[in-house]
Amino acid sequence: MSESVIIAETSKGSIASVTAEMVSAAIALGTTPTIVVPCTDASIADGAGFEGASKTIAVKGDCFANYDASSWAAAIDAAAPAGIIIAAATPQSKDLAARIAARRGLSIVQDVVAINGMNLTSPIYSGKAMQTVALSGDAAISVRANVFPSAASTAANVSVVDQSGDVATAVKEIIERASTRLDVSEANIIISGGRGMGSPDNFSHLEKIADTLGAAVGASRAAVDTWDAIPHSMQVGQTGKTVNPNLYIAVGISGAIQHLAGMRSSKYIVAVNKDADAPIFAHADYGIVASWEEALPVLESELSSMMA
Amino acid sequence: MPNIVVLVKRVPDTNARIIVNGDRVDLSAVKWVISPYDEFAIEIALQHKESDGGTVTALTLGPAEADKILKDAKAIGVDEIVRVWDDSWTALDSNGVQTALSQAISNLGAELVYCGKTAADTGAGSTGPGIAEKLGWASVSNITHASFAGGLTVTTPVEGGSAKVSVPGNAVITCDKGDLKVRKPNVKGIMMAKRAKVTVVSADAPSPSVTVVSQNPPPAKPAGKKFEGASSAQEVARLLRDEANVI
Repeated sequence: MSESVIIAETSKGSIASVTAEMVSAAIALGTTPTIVVPCTDASIADGAGFEGASKTIAVKGDCFANYDASSWAAAIDAAAPAGIIIAAATPQSKDLAARIAARRGLSIVQDVVAINGMNLTSPIYSGKAMQTVALSGDAAISVRANVFPSAASTAANVSVVDQSGDVATAVKEIIERASTRLDVSEANIIISGGRGMGSPDNFSHLEKIADTLGAAVGASRAAVDTWDAIPHSMQVGQTGKTVNPNLYIAVGISGAIQHLAGMRSSKYIVAVNKDADAPIFAHADYGIVASWEEALPVLESELSSMMA
Repeated sequence: MPNIVVLVKRVPDTNARIIVNGDRVDLSAVKWVISPYDEFAIEIALQHKESDGGTVTALTLGPAEADKILKDAKAIGVDEIVRVWDDSWTALDSNGVQTALSQAISNLGAELVYCGKTAADTGAGSTGPGIAEKLGWASVSNITHASFAGGLTVTTPVEGGSAKVSVPGNAVITCDKGDLKVRKPNVKGIMMAKRAKVTVVSADAPSPSVTVVSQNPPPAKPAGKKFEGASSAQEVARLLRDEANVI
């Protein structure tokens, strides 16, 4: 069996769940993965043991305190063995994987959602079509979350490699989000509003449900373009963020192709819309034909009692 | 005074319907445009020039059909327009594209490259960071703001918020929309762009190791469950817990 290298995804000081999914992707490629964990504190790598992986390398260095693409790529390249590079299809890890690929003279296939031997499938034209490519040798790939099954956790066989890197950029200031709510790019549950919400103030109804579920609040392009109070950072869609959470709840969103492009690969989609013919219903696992004014309080109260 | 390159790519209009014929996407009827995020890159590059002087060169990789978007960039306000191409190229993969573009950037003597965070066709976002690595430069991706006084400082998302990052040396910066309003070409710009000459340059590119097997329509999703009336929200909440297991 040939080798592969998984770049572990970390979030808030621990190993993110997509890392276990990458192990399944590596096995689907017919490879045995080594898990590489970029970190400043090697203890995080104890959570990066998975059945089917050969070993775990904690790549420890000061350069990993903040994301700096060139030093991260250099340090990981130096510590990681040869083989197919596998990263999570998050904005930062796609960026890192592209640099490591270029460093090793490899090509890269981003946003993989299916693996069949050495054939990889990814969305193109924002999901309006799917493209299957064949690898002839080593490459780098990134895989979307919530697509591949999770490999079972096991005790990690960790070796620590100290690595220094020349940081090329300097963080001058970190600006924490005013809200403690997650960004749509980080959340596993997203509730989004469209122009059907009537006014930006009404997004407070979405925030209430978001806080019940630990979800992020998103918006359609129509909402972002119409109301200055709804920032572009909330926009899900072709010219906003592409998301694929476990659950996506679209409220007062008709389902323009621009919006579908950014969320159609979500695992479960719920649509709330008073227009029974809204295109969003064709993509929803569960559709509720009702005004949000009537439906959201019912949803909120039921979810609250479930989560209590 | 910085020598700035902005990368632009010719892509189908994002509102275009994408049709699959056989096992390939059929783009014969689509309208072609500058990839939307590249328009933000042009805007930031022009702001940079207005602050620090220098020149802005728009660079694309593609056959002669791509001249149109270079002229569109010229109309918006870039100084020079350059296309890298070799008729022997049939299907470059990401390594081929990055190799050819980074050679062209080196030959132009550029110190700074701006490009869109992703292109609207592939959505990959590999070109900017890949080129930076090949050039041995820094890179910062997905920026939402740039300021130039006292050196280049960009704003980029990080977990839990955003970071202001200073970029002291040569770098590739990939651009998101942020709070940016892009300028539109004026009549004078459009007239100048008509007469503008595209400089065509050549480069070497390795043969591909990733090849396209097929392109297909997205899989149809099985029909979901549709309920009438607000009270059904209770049932849907239970299904999310008991059937979908997502909450």
